[in-house]
Amino acid sequence: MSDLNKSVVKNFAVVNHSVPRADGVAKVTGSATYASDITLERMAWAKLLRSPFAHAKILSIDVSEAKRQPGVVDVLTGNDLGTLHPYYGHAVKDHPLLAIGKVRFVGEPLAAVIGEDELSAQEALEKIKVAYQELTPVLDIKSALAPGAVLVHGMDYIGGAFRGFDDFPGGTKNICQAVHVEWGDVDAAFASAAHIAEGEYYFPMVYAYAMEPYVAVADYDPKGQLTVYSSAQHPFMVRHDLTEVFDLPLNSVRVIVPYVGGGYGSKSYTKIEPLTAACSWKTSRPVKLQLSVEEAFLTTRSDDARVNIRTAVDASGKLIAKQATIHLDTGAYAENSPMVCRKAANRIVGPYRFPNVRIDCLAIYTNTVPASSYRGLGAAQITFPVESQMDELAHKIGCDPQEFRLRNLAHSGESIHPGLRPIDADVPGDIRIAGETLRSNGPLAPKHGRSVCCSCSDAGAHPVTLAMVQVYADGSVSVLSGSTEIGQGSHTVLAQIAAEEMGVPLEKVRLVGSDTGVTLFERSTGASRTTTLMGRAVMEACREAIAQCKSMAAELLSVPASEFTEGRGGIRYGKDWLSWPEIIERYFQMEGCGIIGRAYLRRAGVFKAVPVFWEIGVAGVEIVLDEETGKISLHTLVTVGDVGLAIHPAMTEGQDLGAATMGLGIGLFEELIYEGQQLMNGTLLEYRVPRFSDLARRIELKLVENRDGVGPYGAKGGGEGSVNPIGACLANALYQAAGVRIRSLPLTPERVWKALQEKKAQASSAQRKSSGAPKIRAQTRAYKTRVPKT
Amino acid sequence: MKIAFELNGKARSLEIEPRETLTEVLRARCRLTGVKLSCEAQVCGSCTVLVEGLPVSSCTYLAYEIRDKRVTTIEGLADGAGHLHPLQQAFLDNFAFQCGFCTPGMILAAKSLLDQNVHASDEEILAYMSGNLCRCTGYLGILKAIRQASVELQRQSQGKGRNRESKREGANDTSNE
Repeated sequence: MSDLNKSVVKNFAVVNHSVPRADGVAKVTGSATYASDITLERMAWAKLLRSPFAHAKILSIDVSEAKRQPGVVDVLTGNDLGTLHPYYGHAVKDHPLLAIGKVRFVGEPLAAVIGEDELSAQEALEKIKVAYQELTPVLDIKSALAPGAVLVHGMDYIGGAFRGFDDFPGGTKNICQAVHVEWGDVDAAFASAAHIAEGEYYFPMVYAYAMEPYVAVADYDPKGQLTVYSSAQHPFMVRHDLTEVFDLPLNSVRVIVPYVGGGYGSKSYTKIEPLTAACSWKTSRPVKLQLSVEEAFLTTRSDDARVNIRTAVDASGKLIAKQATIHLDTGAYAENSPMVCRKAANRIVGPYRFPNVRIDCLAIYTNTVPASSYRGLGAAQITFPVESQMDELAHKIGCDPQEFRLRNLAHSGESIHPGLRPIDADVPGDIRIAGETLRSNGPLAPKHGRSVCCSCSDAGAHPVTLAMVQVYADGSVSVLSGSTEIGQGSHTVLAQIAAEEMGVPLEKVRLVGSDTGVTLFERSTGASRTTTLMGRAVMEACREAIAQCKSMAAELLSVPASEFTEGRGGIRYGKDWLSWPEIIERYFQMEGCGIIGRAYLRRAGVFKAVPVFWEIGVAGVEIVLDEETGKISLHTLVTVGDVGLAIHPAMTEGQDLGAATMGLGIGLFEELIYEGQQLMNGTLLEYRVPRFSDLARRIELKLVENRDGVGPYGAKGGGEGSVNPIGACLANALYQAAGVRIRSLPLTPERVWKALQEKKAQASSAQRKSSGAPKIRAQTRAYKTRVPKT
Repeated sequence: MKIAFELNGKARSLEIEPRETLTEVLRARCRLTGVKLSCEAQVCGSCTVLVEGLPVSSCTYLAYEIRDKRVTTIEGLADGAGHLHPLQQAFLDNFAFQCGFCTPGMILAAKSLLDQNVHASDEEILAYMSGNLCRCTGYLGILKAIRQASVELQRQSQGKGRNRESKREGANDTSNE
């Protein structure tokens, strides 16, 4: 199958060119439709009552007064869900669409008012009377794991659409998922090690802030047809959950996803769709549920991670063993954290050769906002500790950090995980490119620091991707794709591939999707899979259509297909050139006709080996430190996208810069802060994300195109890799600039300044041989308690 | 209450509730869904529209404030013949968006900047645009787009200036005759 890639000509007509975006004009003129722009006839609006307690029994809910308010259509509570299957979840079905019996975090929805308009629904919320009995909340990992801890769930649940999560420990422990990865003899390796680095690192709780908050419009027809417009990344996974909640067949649930206003993982899987559909089911009206950004903060966040990690080298500086314990704070419901847990455990190995590995990863329930996918899917959380420690170890053995990495990186074709696909990328080459780019800035100025770091993710998720193309007699082509256009450019890239294959101008190709009632199944739009899997499916679907055209031509010309030669866009027979559309027209003798080409990808052939591909993240930074304030600013940012072939180079670079910028946010300012039960900074006023003024002075976006992926023409996915290394890059560069090592993100001015003062105090106390500077020491202690310890 | 205003070059009058925000009126009553609502706290800039040519966060701006004023939304930026504004073209050329949710507000804020200062330096662009957030792009494409539009708008205004000059000269010639 891989010969399919090599057989392609090297000079591409459409792919590998930065063509105009398919969604471009719509997006710059305001005509692009997002789910939040959808309005249906007779549509009512839902508003949610949210829990003020992190953990409480619901003794009673009285909605009688709320129902009597003007403009109120109906009120839905957990007590009304009896005839539905009210628990959903693709990994573990632990999430009720409204709280049933108890609430598990501040902000959990427990009632929905459906009103004629938003204001009527909103105003009636305060007329709902709820009697709670407060329970002891479990607010952090330490108390969740303590012997005799109160249980967040204490119930047994069944697995969802994903297989393999049935072994669920949450009935008796606050553990949602436990993963163990081991090979070699770790204890013997550490016993024989020449040097060991060891440390505890903390990656914060962060919020993706997709600028379009979650929204769904549901229309439940009592005859048994459910239509939902949603901002979801994965319409087919949402459809699966809806069929189970409402006990409907697959052909009766239609999920339509128009343009999506940002996701970054936060719109993966099912969010508010079952609840919105239940509101429609209760009222027999179409219902829209549009969350605010403040409510989105209370819907999904990233898992924060406390990582204890030890790395050993032998006397020659060769890595010999890694041992790590990862504790993820998963919040109140599983969502996609069981998968984050698996991925973090796999990805913590990095792109290095390790003969001995032992990893334990726990996803832990707490009474906080549920955590789920976040760009990088577990890799951002663990790359910060891994790549910080690589630098620490390099310094310990007196080796240049880049040289130390190069000595230990796996080369293309080498295996890093026993049994998995060998590395399909040139990580050492990528690291060299980033390093050379930084060094071209010249000698390092005082208060400047540089670092290049990398990550390696088993990407692509489960390869089940089906696609269909329609080739029409007038030369136009439709691509029916279940991939969601979330800004990554899938509508453009898939159209490019179809235009390349069918030999038609790009303008002749139209994308149709995502609509589960029209497009074929695509498991998800995430894990950087779309170019690789859907791109490949579209390419194969085009080739299937071409094969049909060739048979038609053979029949029309009454010659075997071997008598004519195939060119781009048609065939040559003697002096005659027949394009594919002409063949279709002549074959059917009918204008307006078209044929279908299709492709079904599954875990077979080139996709038999897992992962689909290894997604590499390589980035470098040069920072400038203001020692007076502790503020870090970015002088240079380099990303290296090892993408096989960039179907659209400009958009590929855009993905790398976008991901790196999210990494910069986590590295420098983003952190959700809980005080007791309450999320303290759940608004954009208090949650700082990167702005224009944070732009690096020099930005270099490099692409490496070795055509070594299993996607079309050797392409592989990108878009997540660059978020992962940035935190470690910043921490390592700070160490180079000022000699302080900080093992918690974000590197806020406060945290950096305190670390600098602590270092100064230590230096002067060592000099004066006195305890000195008590004031500064007190501040140092305050800094340390900010990072909770297990 | 009834308000009259100019919307994208056309006179409009509407019956509104005094509590309604400009976002609500534009999106729900005028069906101009290019106005995007995000943070609702004047931080993100996605709901930016122009009132008398200056950017406002329509999420927190009471609609009655627009009475007798000129309002421009993204839908009113291309000319009647469907030609894109140089900023819209520059956003396309520089891939200055991905999901596109921040784009209408971003383009309108940039228009206000270039209308006031067509020669804006990079520092001025970064400072002026810091009230508009983008989570997808990392901002570089947007900066490049605003630079490109700045050059194009200068070229256009020089062209217009020359046209005016030549007309004036022509007029002078006639008077001399």
